[in-house]
Amino acid sequence: MNRKTETLLDVDDLRVTFPTRTGLIEAVRGVSFSLGRERLGIVGESGSGKSQTGRAIMGLTPPQARISANRLAFDGIDLLSVSPRERRALRGNRIAMILQDPKYSLDPVMSIGRQIVETLRTHEKVGKAEARDRALAMLEAVQIRDPARVFDLHPHEVSGGMGQRAMIAMMLIAGPEMMIADEPTSALDVTVQLDVLGILDRLVSERGMGLIFISHDLRLVSSFCDRVIVMYAGKVVEQLKASELGQAQHPYTRGLLNCMPKIGADRHPLPVLDRKPEWAA
Amino acid sequence: MTAAIAVDRLEVIFDRFRALKGVSLDVQPGESFGLVGESGSGKSTLLRAIAGLAPVASGSIAVNGKTLGPRRDKAFYREVQMVFQDPYGSLHPRQTVDRLLQEPLAIHGFVDGEKRIQRALDEVGLGNGFRFRYSHQLSGGQRQRVAIARALILEPSILLLDEPTSALDASVQAEVLNLLEEVRKRRKLTFLMVSHDLAIITHMCERLMVMQGGEAVENLTAADLVERRVTKDYTRNLLRASDGFVRA
Repeated sequence: MNRKTETLLDVDDLRVTFPTRTGLIEAVRGVSFSLGRERLGIVGESGSGKSQTGRAIMGLTPPQARISANRLAFDGIDLLSVSPRERRALRGNRIAMILQDPKYSLDPVMSIGRQIVETLRTHEKVGKAEARDRALAMLEAVQIRDPARVFDLHPHEVSGGMGQRAMIAMMLIAGPEMMIADEPTSALDVTVQLDVLGILDRLVSERGMGLIFISHDLRLVSSFCDRVIVMYAGKVVEQLKASELGQAQHPYTRGLLNCMPKIGADRHPLPVLDRKPEWAA
Repeated sequence: MTAAIAVDRLEVIFDRFRALKGVSLDVQPGESFGLVGESGSGKSTLLRAIAGLAPVASGSIAVNGKTLGPRRDKAFYREVQMVFQDPYGSLHPRQTVDRLLQEPLAIHGFVDGEKRIQRALDEVGLGNGFRFRYSHQLSGGQRQRVAIARALILEPSILLLDEPTSALDASVQAEVLNLLEEVRKRRKLTFLMVSHDLAIITHMCERLMVMQGGEAVENLTAADLVERRVTKDYTRNLLRASDGFVRA
């Protein structure tokens, strides 16, 4: 079977609605896409619904919100009708998620090693010694130089880049088939950003995972992903191959591409987005 | 001509950690100067030391030819104002925009507060409608505009900018950068701007200093960077990083 074309995730007309005091707010309004074993980028500004899309797939939508979809299926499993118990078994095991800031997403009172071991032992029956060995091997795989030392450190004792690598190690240890990375490098320095992306890239291609990469940085996403979905006000405004980004049709996509300062491009003032109400329609 | 900011062999020590190891710097009046480096390089510490927010162990700082003592007086803060990185943390959560902007005016004894607040809000592109909102009712970009208005309301000549856009979306970042350039041109301000993003610094500044581990790595002009005339590997790495991800 051709693993590249096999569909891992199928999303059709996904909607996420939040009840508020002033009425219903639709954060995601009919998003459809499918994911194979590839790298898919979801790009948009704050409030475009990109993170809520990722969270709905992961099953981390706040309880007061309502999710509806014609189809939300992971590897043939209907995510909307499975029991919370089955959902828990999927989460962390077959679907993993990396969040933006390791400072907040790691447990501050537990050593990094123990957190990784905990993930592994939740999903697999392995002995303590073996779990430790596998955690150490995983830390090495994310290019942490001295895994044995880092294993015993607490999150506050490591840098942001190191914390994010530990987070990736924790997410990959159960061998997920799909990973959702929500702004995995936004809290990091530019140089560290590239290291972390390099690690992600290598692991994704080696293990044949499907990756959803959520970010507001269109340029970064396009240099990293195979395909890009651009979201605005809860809707997909454009879907295109990363290599064809130069031929983007939608003014919003083009605006996002142009608004970043570039070395060597002398543009004063920078072009800004002229948001049109009909984009949200 | 006296430099707007002259820093000479500045050392900053936190307990036993030397955050700045003898850094010197000259910024001319009306110039926009950038500081680039990764986390922990000391770029923000240098900015905070100038603002009087970091413990200076030795060396000297002079602003408009006047050497600063260990305590800053009111006159200093009329000349030098700072905009911080995190617009969520730098505005008082229980004060309205109006109250926030009155604070510096009250401290410095201005009487025409009303007019100044209106003018400051207009200048940063926020209308009067935002005047009686709380900061949680504003978006990140709007908050940063309020922070800029608060810095400008005393009509300083020097603005210290600590990563003013790194917490913002790319599209909002462009708006805030344009605003900063516009007020600099209109008021002939001197900027000292910190960022980890070389592209932003080359866009905003004429000259820049690359820092690493509390030391200056090299001094460059924006034109040097555009033509990639850099001598140190560290700077080259930063340059490569700003080109985006390249698959090995």
